Amino acid sequence: MTAPFPTRKQEEWRYADLDALRPVWEQLAEPRTLTIGAGESFEDVWQPTADDVHVRRLQIALEAGARARLFVLNTAPVYGRIELAVSLAEGADFELYGANIGTGLSTNEIVTTVKHIGIGGRSRQTIRSVLNGKATGTYLGRVEVAHGAQQTDAEQSVKAMLLGRGATANCKPELEIFADDVKCAHGATVGELDAMQLFYAESRGLDPVSARALLLEGFVMGLWDTVENAAQHDLIATAAKDALRRVV
Amino acid sequence: MLEITNLHATVADKPILNGVSLHVPAGEVHAIMGPNGSGKSTLAYVLAGRPGYEVSDGSATFDGKDLLEMAPHERAADGLFLGFQYPVEIPGVSYLQFLRESLNSQRRSRGEAELSGAEFIKLAREQAKLLGMDAEMLKRPVNVGFSGGEKKRAEMVQMGILAPKFALLDETDSGLDIDALKAVGEGINRIMRAPDKGVLLITHYERLLEYVRPDQVHVLQAGRITRSGDIELARELENTGYVEAVA
Repeated sequence: MTAPFPTRKQEEWRYADLDALRPVWEQLAEPRTLTIGAGESFEDVWQPTADDVHVRRLQIALEAGARARLFVLNTAPVYGRIELAVSLAEGADFELYGANIGTGLSTNEIVTTVKHIGIGGRSRQTIRSVLNGKATGTYLGRVEVAHGAQQTDAEQSVKAMLLGRGATANCKPELEIFADDVKCAHGATVGELDAMQLFYAESRGLDPVSARALLLEGFVMGLWDTVENAAQHDLIATAAKDALRRVV
Repeated sequence: MLEITNLHATVADKPILNGVSLHVPAGEVHAIMGPNGSGKSTLAYVLAGRPGYEVSDGSATFDGKDLLEMAPHERAADGLFLGFQYPVEIPGVSYLQFLRESLNSQRRSRGEAELSGAEFIKLAREQAKLLGMDAEMLKRPVNVGFSGGEKKRAEMVQMGILAPKFALLDETDSGLDIDALKAVGEGINRIMRAPDKGVLLITHYERLLEYVRPDQVHVLQAGRITRSGDIELARELENTGYVEAVA
């Protein structure tokens, strides 16, 4: 890896755990690159590993009419980073469903740049973070709509749930638009578990920990609803449930 | 079965219940009526253990056990059920998952065997059918997108599935059309009318009481029971209103 070590002055590394990154930086592979040919479809599900530090980086070029769907679970015990750079040619379609789930002192972040280059592209990014302890969860999502990429339809939905007073969520959807006929929506919320929902669940017989876990499942598990590969779906759903049980 | 003595409670430091005493023996259905703001819902929440509802004096026991010492889920496992005036929506959690986990959690704490997925679905379908609710709705997230009437019917389906010993029903009849009201009334009778069960039914209107036929009717005003009687009291209130009836 020859790239210079990043600094926090770089926006895309602003919330990173650089101390955790430093020892692995030299061995870190260059971002993978992937081209999805015109009209083709691609789906991938990124399961978490047991590694303390887990950095995954991918560049995807979607040719005309190509589709990609990515499901990612970011739950490294120390530092997890998922970095995506996606470009969409005419009529291409990109969907990202991602979760940061962390507790302790962990930092998990999802950093994306989605470039709409051709006309009529569609992108959807749905990110949910559940954070306890002193954990940090970050989504930095930049959407660029190039000059001439008319009828772009881009959406970012970013929600974070803070379970502990010491946890931090950073949500930064960002838009840069150079076309005038586009639909770009983004929403970001940071909240806590709803007291009335908890009481409702407890009044039905769930103990407080199970009630919290159930509500968090409701908050996160919908991300995996559209995974087509059933085995992959079950793996990521189970991994997410386990991660939620650890942070609840 | 349910014994409430001189119960005082505050919400956000404001006194709402000012000495409620009430005894509901096993096998009976009691109704509580009263004007807005008289403390009816507060009484239900205090008995179910909602956080923020502070008991400042008095006691409430359920089958001889101190209800106020127990956490909400322990009260549920002991057989207490609260039918909510405003059932809560839980996005992302299906009714089937919610109720199966709730029921099995109750059963575990009572030392009973858990129901398998198949056993539970059979039970849920039966209860939904009895309440005239499409069982497919149980696959949907809890109360999300349900109409007011559907939510109340769903509360009764929950009651049927959880099979409590005692039901506190907080305005289960509000917002119901005539058919739904009848279904809810029949549901209460079918599920809760038994020698070893009891019901405290909070309502504004006399109409549900024509279906459920309470053994006693109480009037709650300014945080106290001011009158008690039989169903004739409810009919009288319907005609005269609370002010005149109690004066």
